Amino acid sequence: MIELERVTVRVGGFGLRDVSMRVPAGSHAALMGRTGAGKTTLMEAICGLRRVESGKVRIGGRDVTDEVPGMRGVGLVPQDGALFGHLTVREHLTFALEVRRWTRERMEARVEELAGWLGIRGLLDRLPPGLSGGEAQRVALGRALSFHPRVLCLDEPLSALDDETRAGACEVLESVRRREGVTVLHITHSRPEAERLADVFLRLREGRVEVEA
Amino acid sequence: MSPGTDRAGEGVGRGRDGLFVAAMGILGGLYVALLVATMAADVFYTTPGHLWRALKSPEIRHAVRLSLLSCTLTTLLSLWVAVPIGYLMTRHRFRGRALVDSLLDIPIVLPPLVIGLSLLILFQWPPLRALERVFPVTYAVPSVVLAQFMVACAFAVRTLRATFEAMDPRPEQVAWTLGCSRAEAFWRVVLPSARRGIVTAATMAWARALGEFGPILVFSGATRMRTEVLPTTVFLELSVGNLEAAVAVSLLMVVAAVAVLMLIRARGSAITLGRFA
Repeated sequence: MIELERVTVRVGGFGLRDVSMRVPAGSHAALMGRTGAGKTTLMEAICGLRRVESGKVRIGGRDVTDEVPGMRGVGLVPQDGALFGHLTVREHLTFALEVRRWTRERMEARVEELAGWLGIRGLLDRLPPGLSGGEAQRVALGRALSFHPRVLCLDEPLSALDDETRAGACEVLESVRRREGVTVLHITHSRPEAERLADVFLRLREGRVEVEA
Repeated sequence: MSPGTDRAGEGVGRGRDGLFVAAMGILGGLYVALLVATMAADVFYTTPGHLWRALKSPEIRHAVRLSLLSCTLTTLLSLWVAVPIGYLMTRHRFRGRALVDSLLDIPIVLPPLVIGLSLLILFQWPPLRALERVFPVTYAVPSVVLAQFMVACAFAVRTLRATFEAMDPRPEQVAWTLGCSRAEAFWRVVLPSARRGIVTAATMAWARALGEFGPILVFSGATRMRTEVLPTTVFLELSVGNLEAAVAVSLLMVVAAVAVLMLIRARGSAITLGRFA
Protein backbone atom coordinates (compact mmCIF):
# COMPACT_ATOMS: atom_id res chain seq x y z
CA MET A 1 0.00 0.00 0.00
CA ILE A 2 1.16 3.52 -0.82
CA GLU A 3 -0.26 6.29 1.32
CA LEU A 4 0.38 10.02 1.19
CA GLU A 5 -1.00 12.14 4.00
CA ARG A 6 -1.07 15.90 3.41
CA VAL A 7 2.29 15.87 1.69
CA THR A 8 3.92 19.17 0.73
CA VAL A 9 6.84 19.20 -1.69
CA ARG A 10 8.56 22.22 -3.17
CA VAL A 11 10.75 22.31 -6.29
CA GLY A 12 12.07 25.81 -7.00
CA GLY A 13 9.01 28.00 -7.63
CA PHE A 14 6.71 24.99 -8.11
CA GLY A 15 5.15 23.06 -5.30
CA LEU A 16 2.53 20.52 -4.28
CA ARG A 17 0.65 21.32 -1.10
CA ASP A 18 -1.22 18.99 1.25
CA VAL A 19 -1.54 16.16 -1.27
CA SER A 20 -3.20 13.02 0.04
CA MET A 21 -3.73 9.75 -1.81
CA ARG A 22 -3.95 6.01 -1.23
CA VAL A 23 -3.06 3.09 -3.48
CA PRO A 24 -4.31 -0.22 -2.00
CA ALA A 25 -1.82 -3.07 -1.65
CA GLY A 26 -1.48 -5.21 -4.75
CA SER A 27 -3.30 -2.80 -7.05
CA HIS A 28 -2.09 -1.09 -10.20
CA ALA A 29 -2.83 2.63 -9.99
CA ALA A 30 -2.63 4.91 -12.99
CA LEU A 31 -1.72 8.49 -12.09
CA MET A 32 -2.84 10.93 -14.77
CA GLY A 33 -2.82 14.70 -15.11
CA ARG A 34 -1.70 17.55 -17.32
CA THR A 35 1.97 18.04 -18.19
CA GLY A 36 3.52 20.05 -15.37
CA ALA A 37 0.85 19.04 -12.85
CA GLY A 38 3.55 17.50 -10.63
CA LYS A 39 3.08 13.76 -11.25
CA THR A 40 6.80 13.03 -11.45
CA THR A 41 7.46 15.24 -8.40
CA LEU A 42 4.92 13.21 -6.43
CA MET A 43 6.56 9.96 -7.56
CA GLU A 44 9.96 11.33 -6.57
CA ALA A 45 8.58 12.11 -3.10
CA ILE A 46 7.39 8.50 -2.79
CA CYS A 47 10.80 7.18 -3.91
CA GLY A 48 12.64 9.51 -1.50
CA LEU A 49 14.24 11.59 -4.25
CA ARG A 50 12.46 14.80 -3.12
CA ARG A 51 12.41 16.09 0.40
CA VAL A 52 8.93 16.21 1.85
CA GLU A 53 8.44 19.52 3.69
CA SER A 54 5.47 18.30 5.69
CA GLY A 55 3.09 15.37 5.78
CA LYS A 56 3.70 11.60 5.78
CA VAL A 57 4.63 9.03 3.16
CA ARG A 58 3.72 5.45 4.15
CA ILE A 59 4.61 2.30 2.28
CA GLY A 60 3.07 -0.98 3.45
CA GLY A 61 1.80 0.86 6.53
CA ARG A 62 5.32 1.98 7.54
CA ASP A 63 6.22 5.66 7.76
CA VAL A 64 9.11 6.14 5.30
CA THR A 65 9.01 9.95 5.15
CA ASP A 66 12.50 10.33 6.61
CA GLU A 67 14.03 7.17 5.14
CA VAL A 68 16.67 7.28 2.38
CA PRO A 69 15.50 5.95 -1.02
CA GLY A 70 17.30 2.60 -0.69
CA MET A 71 15.45 1.67 2.52
CA ARG A 72 11.96 2.23 1.12
CA GLY A 73 11.69 -0.89 -1.02
CA VAL A 74 10.53 1.03 -4.08
CA GLY A 75 11.60 0.09 -7.60
CA LEU A 76 11.71 2.98 -10.08
CA VAL A 77 11.47 2.88 -13.87
CA PRO A 78 12.11 6.44 -15.08
CA GLN A 79 10.75 7.82 -18.32
CA ASP A 80 13.83 7.19 -20.45
CA GLY A 81 14.98 4.08 -18.60
CA ALA A 82 18.05 5.88 -17.19
CA LEU A 83 20.22 2.82 -17.67
CA PHE A 84 23.84 2.76 -16.50
CA GLY A 85 25.86 3.27 -19.69
CA HIS A 86 28.91 1.32 -18.53
CA LEU A 87 27.11 -1.81 -17.27
CA THR A 88 25.87 -4.79 -19.26
CA VAL A 89 22.23 -5.88 -19.08
CA ARG A 90 23.24 -8.71 -16.71
CA GLU A 91 25.01 -6.21 -14.42
CA HIS A 92 21.85 -4.07 -14.40
CA LEU A 93 19.84 -7.04 -13.15
CA THR A 94 22.38 -7.85 -10.41
CA PHE A 95 23.12 -4.24 -9.42
CA ALA A 96 20.71 -4.06 -6.46
CA LEU A 97 21.52 -7.67 -5.50
CA GLU A 98 25.26 -6.95 -5.27
CA VAL A 99 24.50 -3.97 -3.04
CA ARG A 100 22.49 -6.39 -0.87
CA ARG A 101 25.33 -8.94 -0.92
CA TRP A 102 23.32 -11.80 -2.40
CA THR A 103 25.28 -14.99 -3.13
CA ARG A 104 26.38 -15.61 -6.73
CA GLU A 105 23.99 -18.58 -7.05
CA ARG A 106 20.99 -16.55 -5.89
CA MET A 107 21.90 -13.71 -8.23
CA GLU A 108 22.28 -16.06 -11.19
CA ALA A 109 18.92 -17.66 -10.46
CA ARG A 110 17.23 -14.24 -10.26
CA VAL A 111 18.86 -13.07 -13.51
CA GLU A 112 17.71 -16.26 -15.26
CA GLU A 113 14.17 -15.81 -13.95
CA LEU A 114 13.90 -12.12 -14.92
CA ALA A 115 15.65 -12.47 -18.29
CA GLY A 116 13.36 -15.35 -19.27
CA TRP A 117 10.20 -13.50 -18.30
CA LEU A 118 11.24 -10.17 -19.87
CA GLY A 119 12.57 -11.82 -23.04
CA ILE A 120 16.04 -10.30 -22.68
CA ARG A 121 18.09 -13.51 -22.36
CA GLY A 122 19.88 -12.78 -25.64
CA LEU A 123 20.84 -9.28 -24.47
CA LEU A 124 22.50 -10.13 -21.16
CA ASP A 125 26.03 -9.26 -22.31
CA ARG A 126 25.04 -6.12 -24.24
CA LEU A 127 25.65 -2.51 -23.13
CA PRO A 128 22.78 0.04 -23.12
CA PRO A 129 23.88 2.01 -26.21
CA GLY A 130 23.22 -1.16 -28.25
CA LEU A 131 19.61 -1.56 -27.05
CA SER A 132 16.38 -0.42 -28.71
CA GLY A 133 13.87 1.71 -26.78
CA GLY A 134 11.69 -1.30 -25.95
CA GLU A 135 14.66 -3.41 -24.85
CA ALA A 136 15.97 -0.59 -22.65
CA GLN A 137 12.56 -0.32 -20.93
CA ARG A 138 12.52 -4.07 -20.24
CA VAL A 139 16.01 -3.87 -18.73
CA ALA A 140 14.96 -0.87 -16.59
CA LEU A 141 11.91 -2.86 -15.44
CA GLY A 142 14.03 -5.92 -14.63
CA ARG A 143 16.50 -3.77 -12.70
CA ALA A 144 13.68 -2.14 -10.69
CA LEU A 145 12.06 -5.50 -9.83
CA SER A 146 15.26 -7.48 -9.24
CA PHE A 147 15.32 -6.99 -5.45
CA HIS A 148 11.61 -7.79 -4.91
CA PRO A 149 10.42 -4.28 -4.00
CA ARG A 150 7.00 -3.83 -2.42
CA VAL A 151 6.18 -0.92 -4.70
CA LEU A 152 6.98 -0.32 -8.37
CA CYS A 153 6.92 3.25 -9.72
CA LEU A 154 6.63 3.61 -13.49
CA ASP A 155 7.09 7.10 -14.96
CA GLU A 156 5.51 7.04 -18.42
CA PRO A 157 7.33 3.83 -19.33
CA LEU A 158 5.58 3.42 -22.68
CA SER A 159 5.54 7.02 -23.93
CA ALA A 160 8.70 6.81 -26.04
CA LEU A 161 7.84 3.47 -27.68
CA ASP A 162 6.34 2.88 -31.11
CA ASP A 163 2.91 1.18 -31.31
CA GLU A 164 4.23 -2.32 -31.92
CA THR A 165 6.82 -2.20 -29.13
CA ARG A 166 4.23 -0.62 -26.82
CA ALA A 167 1.86 -3.56 -27.27
CA GLY A 168 4.62 -5.98 -26.21
CA ALA A 169 5.64 -3.80 -23.28
CA CYS A 170 1.98 -3.57 -22.17
CA GLU A 171 1.79 -7.38 -22.02
CA VAL A 172 4.86 -7.43 -19.79
CA LEU A 173 3.40 -4.77 -17.48
CA GLU A 174 0.10 -6.67 -17.30
CA SER A 175 1.93 -9.65 -15.86
CA VAL A 176 4.04 -7.66 -13.37
CA ARG A 177 1.55 -7.69 -10.51
CA ARG A 178 0.70 -11.36 -10.92
CA ARG A 179 4.33 -12.47 -11.07
CA GLU A 180 5.94 -10.13 -8.56
CA GLY A 181 3.04 -9.25 -6.29
CA VAL A 182 3.95 -5.56 -6.20
CA THR A 183 1.79 -2.49 -5.80
CA VAL A 184 2.21 -0.42 -8.97
CA LEU A 185 2.01 3.36 -9.35
CA HIS A 186 2.08 4.19 -13.03
CA ILE A 187 2.23 7.72 -14.48
CA THR A 188 0.64 7.87 -17.89
CA HIS A 189 -0.97 10.33 -20.29
CA SER A 190 -2.84 7.62 -22.13
CA ARG A 191 -6.34 6.75 -20.92
CA PRO A 192 -6.51 3.52 -23.03
CA GLU A 193 -3.15 2.42 -21.54
CA ALA A 194 -4.46 3.17 -18.04
CA GLU A 195 -7.71 1.27 -18.70
CA ARG A 196 -5.84 -1.74 -19.98
CA LEU A 197 -3.40 -1.98 -17.07
CA ALA A 198 -4.82 -0.25 -14.01
CA ASP A 199 -7.59 -0.96 -11.54
CA VAL A 200 -7.28 2.35 -9.68
CA PHE A 201 -7.46 5.65 -11.58
CA LEU A 202 -6.00 8.77 -10.00
CA ARG A 203 -5.85 12.25 -11.45
CA LEU A 204 -3.57 15.01 -10.17
CA ARG A 205 -5.38 18.28 -10.73
CA GLU A 206 -4.45 21.64 -9.22
CA GLY A 207 -2.40 20.02 -6.49
CA ARG A 208 -5.07 17.48 -5.46
CA VAL A 209 -5.27 13.79 -6.24
CA GLU A 210 -8.78 12.73 -7.24
CA VAL A 211 -9.93 9.14 -7.58
CA GLU A 212 -11.70 8.57 -10.90
CA ALA A 213 -14.20 5.91 -11.77
CA MET B 1 4.76 26.10 -62.43
CA SER B 2 3.06 29.41 -61.71
CA PRO B 3 4.71 32.74 -62.58
CA GLY B 4 4.64 33.59 -58.90
CA THR B 5 6.98 30.69 -58.13
CA ASP B 6 9.46 31.93 -60.71
CA ARG B 7 9.61 35.37 -59.11
CA ALA B 8 10.04 33.90 -55.63
CA GLY B 9 13.63 32.95 -56.44
CA GLU B 10 14.60 36.32 -57.91
CA GLY B 11 17.84 37.76 -56.61
CA VAL B 12 18.59 34.60 -54.61
CA GLY B 13 21.74 32.89 -55.75
CA ARG B 14 24.51 30.62 -54.62
CA GLY B 15 27.05 33.35 -55.28
CA ARG B 16 26.19 35.23 -52.10
CA ASP B 17 26.54 32.08 -49.96
CA GLY B 18 29.90 31.34 -51.54
CA LEU B 19 31.13 34.85 -50.72
CA PHE B 20 29.99 34.51 -47.12
CA VAL B 21 31.80 31.20 -46.61
CA ALA B 22 34.91 32.55 -48.36
CA ALA B 23 34.96 35.63 -46.08
CA MET B 24 34.66 33.45 -42.99
CA GLY B 25 37.34 31.14 -44.35
CA ILE B 26 39.78 33.99 -44.97
CA LEU B 27 39.30 35.48 -41.50
CA GLY B 28 39.67 32.13 -39.73
CA GLY B 29 42.37 30.92 -42.11
CA LEU B 30 44.63 33.87 -41.26
CA TYR B 31 44.82 32.72 -37.64
CA VAL B 32 45.39 29.09 -38.58
CA ALA B 33 48.13 30.21 -40.98
CA LEU B 34 49.77 32.24 -38.19
CA LEU B 35 49.76 29.16 -35.91
CA VAL B 36 51.26 26.96 -38.61
CA ALA B 37 53.84 29.64 -39.46
CA THR B 38 55.08 29.89 -35.86
CA MET B 39 55.41 26.10 -35.60
CA ALA B 40 57.18 25.99 -38.96
CA ALA B 41 59.52 28.80 -37.90
CA ASP B 42 60.58 26.71 -34.87
CA VAL B 43 61.03 23.58 -36.97
CA PHE B 44 63.11 25.31 -39.66
CA TYR B 45 65.20 27.28 -37.18
CA THR B 46 66.40 24.21 -35.35
CA THR B 47 68.44 21.25 -36.60
CA PRO B 48 68.66 17.65 -35.34
CA GLY B 49 72.09 18.67 -33.98
CA HIS B 50 70.56 21.43 -31.83
CA LEU B 51 67.92 19.06 -30.53
CA TRP B 52 70.50 16.39 -29.73
CA ARG B 53 72.78 18.87 -27.95
CA ALA B 54 69.82 20.18 -25.95
CA LEU B 55 68.77 16.67 -24.94
CA LYS B 56 72.34 15.82 -23.89
CA SER B 57 72.67 18.81 -21.59
CA PRO B 58 72.33 17.67 -17.95
CA GLU B 59 70.43 20.84 -17.04
CA ILE B 60 67.85 20.33 -19.77
CA ARG B 61 67.52 16.63 -18.95
CA HIS B 62 66.87 17.60 -15.34
CA ALA B 63 64.25 20.10 -16.54
CA VAL B 64 62.56 17.44 -18.69
CA ARG B 65 62.47 15.03 -15.74
CA LEU B 66 61.16 17.67 -13.32
CA SER B 67 58.54 18.81 -15.86
CA LEU B 68 57.25 15.26 -16.38
CA LEU B 69 57.23 14.52 -12.65
CA SER B 70 55.66 17.82 -11.54
CA CYS B 71 53.02 17.78 -14.30
CA THR B 72 51.99 14.23 -13.38
CA LEU B 73 51.77 15.08 -9.67
CA THR B 74 49.84 18.27 -10.48
CA THR B 75 47.41 16.29 -12.64
CA LEU B 76 46.74 13.75 -9.87
CA LEU B 77 46.26 16.50 -7.28
CA SER B 78 44.01 18.47 -9.66
CA LEU B 79 41.74 15.47 -10.29
CA TRP B 80 41.63 14.68 -6.58
CA VAL B 81 40.24 18.18 -5.97
CA ALA B 82 38.37 18.90 -9.22
CA VAL B 83 36.17 15.78 -9.18
CA PRO B 84 34.51 16.63 -5.82
CA ILE B 85 34.27 20.34 -6.68
CA GLY B 86 32.76 19.66 -10.11
CA TYR B 87 30.29 17.18 -8.62
CA LEU B 88 29.23 19.36 -5.67
CA MET B 89 28.87 22.52 -7.76
CA THR B 90 26.67 20.68 -10.24
CA ARG B 91 24.49 18.61 -7.93
CA HIS B 92 24.10 20.85 -4.87
CA ARG B 93 22.62 24.28 -4.34
CA PHE B 94 24.06 26.02 -1.29
CA ARG B 95 24.41 29.50 0.12
CA GLY B 96 27.38 31.33 -1.40
CA ARG B 97 27.48 29.06 -4.44
CA ALA B 98 27.74 32.00 -6.86
CA LEU B 99 30.68 33.39 -4.89
CA VAL B 100 32.48 30.02 -4.89
CA ASP B 101 31.77 29.78 -8.62
CA SER B 102 33.49 33.12 -9.24
CA LEU B 103 36.41 32.22 -6.94
CA LEU B 104 37.03 29.03 -8.92
CA ASP B 105 37.63 31.08 -12.05
CA ILE B 106 40.18 33.42 -10.44
CA PRO B 107 43.25 31.36 -11.47
CA ILE B 108 41.99 31.45 -15.08
CA VAL B 109 41.61 35.22 -15.26
CA LEU B 110 44.45 36.42 -12.98
CA PRO B 111 47.83 37.22 -14.54
CA PRO B 112 50.09 34.20 -13.80
CA LEU B 113 52.71 36.43 -12.14
CA VAL B 114 50.11 37.57 -9.61
CA ILE B 115 49.35 33.97 -8.69
CA GLY B 116 53.05 33.35 -8.07
CA LEU B 117 53.35 36.53 -6.02
CA SER B 118 50.27 35.64 -3.97
CA LEU B 119 51.72 32.20 -3.21
CA LEU B 120 55.02 33.77 -2.21
CA ILE B 121 53.27 36.14 0.19
CA LEU B 122 51.04 33.37 1.56
CA PHE B 123 54.11 31.37 2.52
CA GLN B 124 55.40 34.35 4.53
CA TRP B 125 52.53 33.71 6.93
CA PRO B 126 54.06 32.47 10.23
CA PRO B 127 52.39 28.99 10.37
CA LEU B 128 53.47 28.26 6.81
CA ARG B 129 56.97 29.60 7.48
CA ALA B 130 57.17 27.21 10.40
CA LEU B 131 56.07 24.38 8.11
CA GLU B 132 58.81 25.31 5.65
CA ARG B 133 61.43 24.64 8.29
CA VAL B 134 60.48 20.94 8.20
CA PHE B 135 59.17 20.75 4.65
CA PRO B 136 60.69 23.38 2.34
CA VAL B 137 58.23 24.61 -0.27
CA THR B 138 59.26 28.06 -1.56
CA TYR B 139 62.10 27.88 -4.11
CA ALA B 140 62.01 24.08 -3.85
CA VAL B 141 60.34 21.35 -5.95
CA PRO B 142 57.01 21.39 -4.00
CA SER B 143 56.59 25.05 -4.99
CA VAL B 144 56.73 24.03 -8.66
CA VAL B 145 53.89 21.56 -8.16
CA LEU B 146 51.87 24.03 -6.08
CA ALA B 147 52.29 26.83 -8.67
CA GLN B 148 51.26 24.50 -11.50
CA PHE B 149 48.37 23.12 -9.43
CA MET B 150 46.89 26.58 -8.77
CA VAL B 151 46.21 27.12 -12.47
CA ALA B 152 45.85 23.57 -13.82
CA CYS B 153 43.24 22.66 -11.21
CA ALA B 154 40.98 25.55 -12.29
CA PHE B 155 40.93 24.14 -15.82
CA ALA B 156 40.26 20.62 -14.53
CA VAL B 157 37.36 21.99 -12.44
CA ARG B 158 35.86 23.73 -15.50
CA THR B 159 36.09 20.55 -17.58
CA LEU B 160 34.59 18.35 -14.88
CA ARG B 161 31.78 20.78 -14.17
CA ALA B 162 30.85 20.63 -17.85
CA THR B 163 31.01 16.83 -17.65
CA PHE B 164 28.77 16.53 -14.59
CA GLU B 165 26.35 19.18 -15.89
CA ALA B 166 25.92 17.19 -19.09
CA MET B 167 25.17 14.00 -17.14
CA ASP B 168 21.55 13.12 -16.46
CA PRO B 169 21.15 12.80 -12.65
CA ARG B 170 18.48 10.09 -13.06
CA PRO B 171 20.79 7.04 -13.24
CA GLU B 172 22.42 8.14 -9.98
CA GLN B 173 18.98 8.57 -8.36
CA VAL B 174 17.92 5.14 -9.62
CA ALA B 175 21.04 3.73 -7.96
CA TRP B 176 19.86 5.27 -4.65
CA THR B 177 16.46 3.57 -5.02
CA LEU B 178 18.27 0.28 -5.69
CA GLY B 179 19.89 0.46 -2.26
CA CYS B 180 23.08 2.46 -2.85
CA SER B 181 24.25 5.07 -0.39
CA ARG B 182 25.28 8.37 -1.98
CA ALA B 183 28.94 7.28 -1.86
CA GLU B 184 28.18 3.87 -3.42
CA ALA B 185 26.15 5.47 -6.22
CA PHE B 186 29.00 7.90 -6.84
CA TRP B 187 31.60 5.11 -7.15
CA ARG B 188 29.42 2.62 -9.01
CA VAL B 189 27.49 4.93 -11.36
CA VAL B 190 28.68 8.56 -11.47
CA LEU B 191 32.46 8.08 -11.73
CA PRO B 192 32.38 5.36 -14.40
CA SER B 193 29.97 7.47 -16.47
CA ALA B 194 32.28 10.49 -16.12
CA ARG B 195 35.44 8.64 -17.13
CA ARG B 196 35.84 10.39 -20.49
CA GLY B 197 35.45 13.77 -18.83
CA ILE B 198 38.00 12.76 -16.20
CA VAL B 199 40.52 11.79 -18.89
CA THR B 200 39.88 15.09 -20.67
CA ALA B 201 40.32 17.03 -17.42
CA ALA B 202 43.56 15.14 -16.71
CA THR B 203 45.02 15.92 -20.13
CA MET B 204 43.95 19.57 -19.83
CA ALA B 205 45.58 19.84 -16.40
CA TRP B 206 48.73 18.12 -17.61
CA ALA B 207 49.05 20.37 -20.65
CA ARG B 208 48.39 23.53 -18.61
CA ALA B 209 50.95 22.47 -16.01
CA LEU B 210 53.58 21.81 -18.70
CA GLY B 211 53.25 25.35 -20.07
CA GLU B 212 53.12 27.13 -16.69
CA PHE B 213 55.90 29.69 -16.25
CA GLY B 214 54.88 32.93 -14.51
CA PRO B 215 53.95 31.58 -11.07
CA ILE B 216 56.92 29.18 -11.11
CA LEU B 217 59.37 31.97 -11.88
CA VAL B 218 58.13 34.00 -8.90
CA PHE B 219 57.38 31.24 -6.38
CA SER B 220 60.05 28.67 -7.28
CA GLY B 221 62.79 30.78 -8.84
CA ALA B 222 64.78 29.67 -11.86
CA THR B 223 67.60 27.69 -10.30
CA ARG B 224 69.28 25.25 -12.68
CA MET B 225 69.21 21.59 -11.61
CA ARG B 226 66.81 22.52 -8.84
CA THR B 227 63.50 24.18 -9.78
CA GLU B 228 64.03 24.40 -13.53
CA VAL B 229 61.13 23.13 -15.66
CA LEU B 230 60.97 23.32 -19.48
CA PRO B 231 59.45 26.84 -19.74
CA THR B 232 62.15 28.02 -17.30
CA THR B 233 64.78 26.46 -19.59
CA VAL B 234 63.46 28.42 -22.57
CA PHE B 235 63.63 31.62 -20.49
CA LEU B 236 67.14 30.89 -19.15
CA GLU B 237 68.57 29.89 -22.52
CA LEU B 238 67.03 32.98 -24.13
CA SER B 239 68.43 35.25 -21.41
CA VAL B 240 72.01 34.03 -22.12
CA GLY B 241 71.49 34.37 -25.88
CA ASN B 242 71.41 30.63 -26.63
CA LEU B 243 68.54 30.86 -29.09
CA GLU B 244 69.22 27.41 -30.61
CA ALA B 245 68.73 25.59 -27.29
CA ALA B 246 65.67 27.74 -26.46
CA VAL B 247 64.04 26.84 -29.78
CA ALA B 248 64.97 23.15 -29.42
CA VAL B 249 63.30 23.00 -25.98
CA SER B 250 60.31 24.95 -27.32
CA LEU B 251 59.93 22.32 -30.03
CA LEU B 252 59.94 19.57 -27.40
CA MET B 253 57.09 21.37 -25.66
CA VAL B 254 55.19 21.87 -28.92
CA VAL B 255 55.42 18.14 -29.63
CA ALA B 256 54.22 17.30 -26.09
CA ALA B 257 51.34 19.81 -26.33
CA VAL B 258 50.21 18.56 -29.74
CA ALA B 259 50.36 14.96 -28.51
CA VAL B 260 48.17 15.85 -25.51
CA LEU B 261 45.68 17.80 -27.64
CA MET B 262 45.40 14.89 -30.06
CA LEU B 263 44.78 12.57 -27.13
CA ILE B 264 41.95 14.84 -25.95
CA ARG B 265 40.40 14.83 -29.45
CA ALA B 266 40.77 11.06 -29.70
CA ARG B 267 39.03 10.57 -26.36
CA GLY B 268 36.10 12.57 -27.71
CA SER B 269 34.04 15.22 -26.03
CA ALA B 270 33.37 15.04 -22.33
CA ILE B 271 29.90 16.32 -22.91
CA THR B 272 28.37 13.33 -24.71
CA LEU B 273 27.77 11.34 -21.55
CA GLY B 274 25.05 10.24 -19.28
CA ARG B 275 21.96 9.64 -21.38
CA PHE B 276 21.29 6.21 -22.70
CA ALA B 277 17.72 5.31 -23.42
